[in-house]
Amino acid sequence: MTSGWGWFVVVLVLANVAGAMWLLFAHSHAPAGEAGGETTGHVWDGDLRDANRPLPRWWFWLFVLSTAWGLFYLILYPGLGGFPGVLRWSQEAQHAAEVRDATERQAPRYARFAGMTLVDLSREADAMGEARSLYANNCAGCHGSDARGAVGFPDLTDAEWLYGQEPDTLVATISEGRMGVMPGWEAALGADGVAQLVAFLQSLEGADVDAATATAGRDHYALFCVACHGVDARGNAALGGPDLTNGIWLHGGDAASLRVSIAAGRQNQMPPHGDLLGPDRVRLLAAYVLGLGAGAGDGRAARGN
Amino acid sequence: MVQACEIYNDRVVRQFALMTVVWGVVGMAVGTLIAAQMLWPALNLDLPWTSFGRLRPLHTNAVIFAFGGSALFASSYYCVQRTCHVRLYSDRLAAFTFWGWQLVILLAAITLPLGITSSKEYAELEWPIDILIAVVWVAYAIVFFGTLVRRRVQHIYVANWFFAAFIITIAVLHIVNSLAVPVSLVKSYSVYAGTVDAMVQWWYGHNAVGFFLTAGFLGMMYYFVPKQAGRPVYSYRLSIVHFWALISIYMWAGPHHLHYTTLPDWAQSLGMVFSVMLIAPSWGGMINGIMTLSGAWGKLRTDPILKFLIVSLSFYGMSTFEGPMMSIRTVNALSHYTDWTIGHVHSGALGWVAMVSIACMYILIPRLYGRREMHSIRAIDLHFWVMTIGIVLYVVSMWIAGVMQGLMWRATNPDGTLTYSFIESLIATYPFYAIRLAGGLLIMAGMFIMVWNVWRTVGEPGGQTDVVIPAPAPQAA
Repeated sequence: MTSGWGWFVVVLVLANVAGAMWLLFAHSHAPAGEAGGETTGHVWDGDLRDANRPLPRWWFWLFVLSTAWGLFYLILYPGLGGFPGVLRWSQEAQHAAEVRDATERQAPRYARFAGMTLVDLSREADAMGEARSLYANNCAGCHGSDARGAVGFPDLTDAEWLYGQEPDTLVATISEGRMGVMPGWEAALGADGVAQLVAFLQSLEGADVDAATATAGRDHYALFCVACHGVDARGNAALGGPDLTNGIWLHGGDAASLRVSIAAGRQNQMPPHGDLLGPDRVRLLAAYVLGLGAGAGDGRAARGN
Repeated sequence: MVQACEIYNDRVVRQFALMTVVWGVVGMAVGTLIAAQMLWPALNLDLPWTSFGRLRPLHTNAVIFAFGGSALFASSYYCVQRTCHVRLYSDRLAAFTFWGWQLVILLAAITLPLGITSSKEYAELEWPIDILIAVVWVAYAIVFFGTLVRRRVQHIYVANWFFAAFIITIAVLHIVNSLAVPVSLVKSYSVYAGTVDAMVQWWYGHNAVGFFLTAGFLGMMYYFVPKQAGRPVYSYRLSIVHFWALISIYMWAGPHHLHYTTLPDWAQSLGMVFSVMLIAPSWGGMINGIMTLSGAWGKLRTDPILKFLIVSLSFYGMSTFEGPMMSIRTVNALSHYTDWTIGHVHSGALGWVAMVSIACMYILIPRLYGRREMHSIRAIDLHFWVMTIGIVLYVVSMWIAGVMQGLMWRATNPDGTLTYSFIESLIATYPFYAIRLAGGLLIMAGMFIMVWNVWRTVGEPGGQTDVVIPAPAPQAA
């Protein structure tokens, strides 16, 4: 706010308050003889009249004191244009102070886990107790309260990881978030090309598809898909390119869903949580998710499709 | 010179008075339905037209602008003629305001369920309807002020000050807030963006409360309370001070709807400070109403209309204290986004606005049809008790639900995580939704009692409906 507009606000506020107070005081002293409740002498519609009583004293003081309180508040807090108030209060500073207090109060809870590796943490009951409520508050909304995910949201209980299962990778994923992007190929391949690729992908799972179509699809694969999904179609964790042979389909494995994925591409993102949670909580969550995956044992055997 | 046999234009008043009752039933019926939907979501019938998101604006528009608006038109046209001792200026324009306003309501009832909305709260109607509202409102102003100018008494009666402020301010609020760029007949975009849009919206929204739902109904109160009590208004000085203080201070209160948002801190503070300073000017109206009844307390035993009026003024005083408290930052941090707000709104809208309107209709309708009083006084008494109990159930259940929600949402575990998920607070609210629905059903039942009573009153044979304008009383000063 420029100082010109600041003064505009100040003048408008004070003029309104002063005007109201002037009006109040100008009418606060009743001339003698009015207290009896005689009327002003005006009559409307036969019997409507105004009594000439003074202002009730308690009401007068209510108005004066609430106004005085209001002006006092405007000295302490921002309100009068550009004047920040004696207390220098701001909603941002209040928020920052509350976060700082909470962080200090909670620091000891996390200090005891400081030296441990993620694998050790994932086996520590205390740490996982903390992590479970962090998960419920921050992750369950997308990955589900049972962590089994949904269409578009990865299952965290299997042993398959889009970006690899190194513990530090999990920390990075939670902290920085992920952007999963696959471009659409219909413009390059045409509808037939997409259908051939779908047949090829289904053949990888041993489905009974037309061999010639699948072979045509493999040629497209070698040309367009291999860069991200790899020569053997087992994916590329460095890029987040999914393994196409493990039967796990983030966006659905039926022919129709595969056709949409290939033709139109997919955009998926996980928001970053590093600023929101801080490094201690992110490590606890990474350990928790690591534990979920480890519990799956042989992920391939356990998964459903 | 005015001819000796000139009569009041009560035709337009009769029309608005009857439509007040009709729209009251419709608006409250939709309200009861959506209260039931909160309890049983399947009642949205899985149809877009009957989903909560579309019926809720239909409910608010129907009760505020159809029910409340018709009551204000009826009472202001009645009051301004009686207190100026002249017939309404221009019968044709007055008739236009009636049919124009009904057309606005009809268009709202069609477009809102179809999902046609500007998505501004309490200003949902799209631009062609907004233009129609503006035209009708200007015609209303011409009729009202035209009548006021031709008055045969020197002093303007206090009720007319409030009606005048209400008419002028609503015109300004409606036009400024509704400025938009049309892209088709049924879609437009506001000329304001982001935080500015929010601020303009709540400047409009809170002054719609201050001028439509407060100043207008205070005008109604200032005519019908002294009339029904047969007593002079308690204090002329209080009228002057609280009128000017109320209309100037209300203008600032809007930002209290935007605490802890992107609105700058200084604007939030001003909204809060002026809201607290508004307690006394608001209570000035309550004192003037209630104290006018002082000396006539005995009439409360026999006159259920006075009971409506006194309870209405009590709810007015209570909600104009509650509102400023909720505008205080730290209280608002708890109450904002909870059902406490819904309870507060309904203690004002049902307790104050609907009760004073209903009382006013019970006084007006028999007079407009040449009867001495309503067909059944006992039915009015029954309506009073059913409605009062209904409102208390509604308001108290939403208070408890709101405070509970606020506390559940902010509760944290020692590790800083939230104690409750949102769904847990919703489950905890269910019993209170049931109590609220029970209150709503009682209020509905009261409206049906009123419909029956009005039907019998209007249907009785005979009755002289033309009222000759009396000469003004000689002025003492």
